[in-house]
Amino acid sequence: MSTAISHLKRLEAEAIHIIREVAATMAKPVMLYSIGKDSAVMLHLAMKAFHPGTPPFPLLHVDTTWKFREMIAFRDEMARRLGFDLIVHVNEDGVREGIGPFSHGSSVHTHVMKTVGLRQALDRYGFDAAFGGARRDEEKSRAKERIFSFRDGQHGWDPKNQRPEMWKIYNTRVAPGESIRVFPLSNWTELDIWQYILLEGIPIVPLYFARPRPVVERDGMLIMVDDERMKLRPGEAVEERMVRFRTLGCYPLTGAIESDAATLEDIVQEMLVARTSERQGRLIDRDEAGSMEKKKREGYF
Amino acid sequence: MHDTVARTKDTGDLRGYLAEQERKSLLRFLTCGSVDDGKSTLIGRLLYDTKLIFEDQLAALETDSRKHGTTGDDIDFALLVDGLEAEREQGITIDVAYRFFATPRRKFIVADTPGHEQYTRNMATGASTADLAIVLVDARAGIIQQTRRHSFIASLLGIRHVVVAINKIDLVGYDEAVFEEIAADYRGFARDLGFETITAIPMSARYGDNVTTASANTGWYGGPTLLEHLESVPVDRIDTGRPFRLPVQYVNRPNLDFRGFCGTIASGTVSKGDQVVVAKSGKASTVARIVTHDGDLETAVAGQAVTLVLSDEVEVSRGNMLVSPSARPEVADQFTADIIWFDEQPMLPGRTYLLRTETDQAAASITELKHRIDVNSFSHEAAKSLDLNEIGSCNISVQQPIAFDNYVDNRSTGAFILIDRMTNRTVGAGLIRHPLRRASNIHWQALDVDKAARAEMKHQKPVVLWFTGLSGSGKSTIANLLEKRLFNDGRHTYILDGDNVRHGLNRDLGFTEEDRVENIRRVAETARLMADAGLIVIVSFISPFQAERRMARELMAEGEFVEVFVDTPFEECARRDPKGLYAKALRGEIKNFTGVDSPYQAPANPEIHLDTVGRPPEDMVEEIASWLRERGIA
Repeated sequence: MSTAISHLKRLEAEAIHIIREVAATMAKPVMLYSIGKDSAVMLHLAMKAFHPGTPPFPLLHVDTTWKFREMIAFRDEMARRLGFDLIVHVNEDGVREGIGPFSHGSSVHTHVMKTVGLRQALDRYGFDAAFGGARRDEEKSRAKERIFSFRDGQHGWDPKNQRPEMWKIYNTRVAPGESIRVFPLSNWTELDIWQYILLEGIPIVPLYFARPRPVVERDGMLIMVDDERMKLRPGEAVEERMVRFRTLGCYPLTGAIESDAATLEDIVQEMLVARTSERQGRLIDRDEAGSMEKKKREGYF
Repeated sequence: MHDTVARTKDTGDLRGYLAEQERKSLLRFLTCGSVDDGKSTLIGRLLYDTKLIFEDQLAALETDSRKHGTTGDDIDFALLVDGLEAEREQGITIDVAYRFFATPRRKFIVADTPGHEQYTRNMATGASTADLAIVLVDARAGIIQQTRRHSFIASLLGIRHVVVAINKIDLVGYDEAVFEEIAADYRGFARDLGFETITAIPMSARYGDNVTTASANTGWYGGPTLLEHLESVPVDRIDTGRPFRLPVQYVNRPNLDFRGFCGTIASGTVSKGDQVVVAKSGKASTVARIVTHDGDLETAVAGQAVTLVLSDEVEVSRGNMLVSPSARPEVADQFTADIIWFDEQPMLPGRTYLLRTETDQAAASITELKHRIDVNSFSHEAAKSLDLNEIGSCNISVQQPIAFDNYVDNRSTGAFILIDRMTNRTVGAGLIRHPLRRASNIHWQALDVDKAARAEMKHQKPVVLWFTGLSGSGKSTIANLLEKRLFNDGRHTYILDGDNVRHGLNRDLGFTEEDRVENIRRVAETARLMADAGLIVIVSFISPFQAERRMARELMAEGEFVEVFVDTPFEECARRDPKGLYAKALRGEIKNFTGVDSPYQAPANPEIHLDTVGRPPEDMVEEIASWLRERGIA
């Protein structure tokens, strides 16, 4: 009898175990849904974990109001199709102050609209556990984070004082006001995600597939002109190029890559020979050294 | 990256190629050893040499190396894994980092663990899921205490394969004699650690000697390179060959017609139609369905996360286990275990902790610390407590029985963690060895004359009034007045006073922290027996530690423990000083005196809080009496 289960099945089982553990031990969990490929996989795993039932927790999207329009359309379509309970939260204070990536820069925008927005939503609903789709292979400080990552009453992460995490025994106890961020995809790599999407036929936002799109070259990145809020600087010109996205976030902060990969097979093929990491297309990680760790201490995912 | 072969394949072959990748085995390993032995550098080197560093990461590494590097103009590979700012600034590893890589033969998850003794718990975290340990040894220093400590913990946690990476071999002139001597030393001390394989490799992580390619500098070495060894060492665990265990994690009841028991199969296999037994109750049933989102399965194996539907309505909840009827786990409330302690607060026998297994949880206390293990000589020594990073063999008692196996037989069902109930910190990890049979021999006799009957005869409800406060705060004065008052009302009472008990029942105990815990435990047990006899028990004890008061509370029935905080400030107590003790303590003539050189932890939520300053004792007695009256106690 062949006994060992395959690599992706092993990762799948681990993630399902983690998701069920939260449902069994936490009072009020929520799943962060950022609409990207990792969220798509995480949602798919949550559906699997509770079959034939549905996940016993809502989904939360923290909308910065600067996401690609196609992302929002996809989000609403998925909510309709799968029938899950979707909470959309916008930091209205930030909207009133007119915070945006063009006017305030990536750092302020991300902090106010994403990190503070997330903290507001978690506090408002009193969630004591929040799933995130982060993976350890994404970034150096993520590689250091536990699967069950404890946060204090201010949502802060103390990287120097993490709870030991032995075997598959998770300490899910929190005091009132404290919470846990949970990362079921911790041990997945970017390639695992794509292979799994291919194998399982998981729907993803079309922006991941190469198509001719209007882009502007800015600060060494290809930024897609997604709406009229993007003003051209002197010397810039909009060009139609065959591009796709490796990660998705706020459109002014997310660089496209030139690619002909128009199908999932093409994307996996492209991944196998990639020479740069996916976070290269993310402006927020390049702002300053150790920037991800700093954001996480402040309560970012 | 990965396999450049893929570059030339067309998409028709892609799925076949991916299926092949899927069948690769997985090796989880960790690097350990002392500070500066080169653990992070080795992992950085492995990732670099297996072409797993992306171009933008390499560019960032070059910048980082100039800023924080410790290797002159060369790339400092350690910076690839030391992901925290504090780590890069200090040039050390604080917490475990997980990295992933693959070669054409195998996939790898590597845990880079810290070398500092103070971060041992993070090393243990990395080791708990690993199959192989690379123990780095600095060729110039040889085997040191941290080499032994990490090897011992790796062995304790069930790792059976060790690579002794004798690193910085370039700094000893690639000397074969140095290598042979260290390798022999290691094999000597590790003889009794139960490793199946010990492979010594001469290495320079910084320059890449024998990491992925055989080094020309060590022509005398005929063994494998590190990567060759990692790719070929046999490590597939035979969990599927062991008895079936499904720790029940979650009961899925989406509607009235469906009741499924979810969990990850810890060992063995299960098929539709198999007989299974509920571990704690011994009730038998049959597997009706193995439900997954992808359709029902005929058979499921260790490692799969499944949902079982049984053919009978048997009682099963989270924490229980579905098991093979012919090879069942132990079910007991007392057992022995090896414990690794992770917390700055020492482990004290008698204190209660929360014990958590993969899915079960119970209040637990260490009834006996049998011995501590010296990680240097591996010898057993007598001890009364376990400090941070110490390891000991203990007897443990849990409030409800749990189902378990010996850790040696099953890493999933033989392990637990201990959680501090106040701070929720994970304070220790345990590996269960065997059950203690005592529990099953002392069954509680269900007597007809019970506590309720005895209390009824006295027209009162039994209760334990636990007075806590500093020495000289007025506990005894109030307690004595209260007893007189209750006695006059016809109540049956008894006072247990700190000083009096010390002269009799507890005269063998001193004032160390361990003895204080035992002191409280005996008094609490005595109070419990008296309450069982139907009495109103008044305990007057400084009892400075929250943990001990909580232990006393948990011994009593719900609502039977009434904490009375006699709150008199230190300055006032020291001023009153009825026994002259403060004066002595402040002169240093008494050690461990509460409030002077030993802490008093005030109760957070006492049932009764007496702010004594400026209040006559009679007034406070009246407050307690009316509290008891309102609740129908006396």
